[in-house]
Amino acid sequence: MIQGIGVTDFFIISTLMFFMGVYGFITRKNLITILIAIELILNAVAINFVIINKYLYPEGLHGQIFSIFIIAVAAAEVAIAIAIVIDFYRTHKSVSVEEGEMMKY
Amino acid sequence: MDLSNFFSIMRGEIVLAAIILILLLAEIATKDKEKVIHLAIGLFLVHTVLGFFGVGEGVLFGGMFKTSSLVNMFKNILNVGVMIVLFQSAEWVKSKLKKNERVTEFYILLFSSLLGMYYMISAGDFLMFYIGIEMASLPVAGLAAFDLYQKRSAEAALKYIFLAAITSGISLLGISFLYSASGTIFFDELKPFMTNDSLITLGFLFFLVGLLFKISIVPFHLWTADVYEGAPIGVTSYLSVISKGASAFILVIILFTMARPIMELWREVIYMLSILTMFIGNIFALRQKNMKRFLAFSSIAQAGFIILGMLSGSQLGMSAVVFFLATYIFSNLGAFGVVYAIANQTGKEEMDDYNGFYRTNPLLSVLMMLALFSLAGIPPVAGFFGKFFLFMSAASVGYYWLIFFAVINVTISLYYYLLVVRAMFVRKNDNPIPAFKSDLYMKIGLILPAVGILLLGLYSPVYEHINELVGMFLK
Repeated sequence: MIQGIGVTDFFIISTLMFFMGVYGFITRKNLITILIAIELILNAVAINFVIINKYLYPEGLHGQIFSIFIIAVAAAEVAIAIAIVIDFYRTHKSVSVEEGEMMKY
Repeated sequence: MDLSNFFSIMRGEIVLAAIILILLLAEIATKDKEKVIHLAIGLFLVHTVLGFFGVGEGVLFGGMFKTSSLVNMFKNILNVGVMIVLFQSAEWVKSKLKKNERVTEFYILLFSSLLGMYYMISAGDFLMFYIGIEMASLPVAGLAAFDLYQKRSAEAALKYIFLAAITSGISLLGISFLYSASGTIFFDELKPFMTNDSLITLGFLFFLVGLLFKISIVPFHLWTADVYEGAPIGVTSYLSVISKGASAFILVIILFTMARPIMELWREVIYMLSILTMFIGNIFALRQKNMKRFLAFSSIAQAGFIILGMLSGSQLGMSAVVFFLATYIFSNLGAFGVVYAIANQTGKEEMDDYNGFYRTNPLLSVLMMLALFSLAGIPPVAGFFGKFFLFMSAASVGYYWLIFFAVINVTISLYYYLLVVRAMFVRKNDNPIPAFKSDLYMKIGLILPAVGILLLGLYSPVYEHINELVGMFLK
């Protein structure tokens, strides 16, 4: 707990981060930037878990353990996503989402 | 927690993890990669057979990992489904071998994903559930990109991994809301907190997004057709059958146990989504020419039927859903198997290529007809009873309008399933697909679904067994 900073302040930060991530995911055209947006979303949730644990339910450790696993899984997710983006670059010679439009409707 | 108890409850998971390790070692040790194919299929066959004998039930890791005889039974169904996928894909994997591409990874990724599904369906808290669902979906993204030099394959994997990541992010936000309202992440401890409180409602709806995405319910269905079309056919059938089946199973468990106190809330959601899913899946299926894409939209429509059975919230509803999932696994694998066999031999996937198929390959077209009739729900085969129990469970709580819409959809689906049957049996073609012989694995992989379809349709004790297990589970 930090003196002078309430739980609401943290929630504002994490909510802002989450929706920045969603906005970035929807508007960006570059695949790597979209990956960064996904990282923002997952890290916002990780912040959420730690703060809820620390401020609201300090007797258990569920939230903190959960956030560690979110970070680990996010790392695995990004590793696979980068590998797929590289594969996409090899076949399409581009990392723009607009190239991925072979299959539609 | 004594050790023998641990080995008895988690035997399926341990054996599967051991198989993955053995395959990793085999990849290093052997030069002749064709042996790896036989080894993988043989080991998994042993695992499947072992699963039918006395796996224990109970709770491990302080409630994180829970199994019951129902969950063990469903793991067996998944095993049989994966077994069929393995048999059907052996020919394709061998063709990869001729081009000097890697093959062991196919089995390692497939089994890792199945292992994730085991953990997902026997989860007792959100942490285990989250790890399970990610472990189930990440390897599948790798598998979708398995045709390394094909544009479609890369595009499919890309769409899958990005959309899976954002839906799991939204789902996690929902879990954090539930955690903030209750202070626990265990399903059992969460149950008393499930009220119409707005934080709980919002959290629970966000949480559902992750699962509804995996089952491809309508607002989250857009990836389905693209990924199914672009991925290799074995991966497509795995996605449409095993991944969807396991997610639907854990969804029904969560709705019927943890979320039972807010039944009125999720009933409204599921009701609307079910109607939307059935109509959109069926109407889009009408205009498809590619067989994989066609089966993708038909599987979206089937997902609408699956969640229809969850509305009742009773024992009848749950056993109807589990039984329907079993019939769906066999029927869809039968249909995909025939598409697979044809694509392996000729590379043709369009519906027009199937014209006059009956004259050259009568047995395959009869199997295709059987599978499609089962998907449509025509009486003597399994799909009819699956749909019948689903509608009966919805009728038992008075959703007559919904059943009316569902029956309209069955009629529409019958039309487009019959389009394929007409192409194979009635239409003339100057140069139809020539008669061909598949290898032994493919033959077994085609006979098993046919046996399953007929067995589940004609042999009623299967349903009674499921009903009994569901009764024990809900007690």
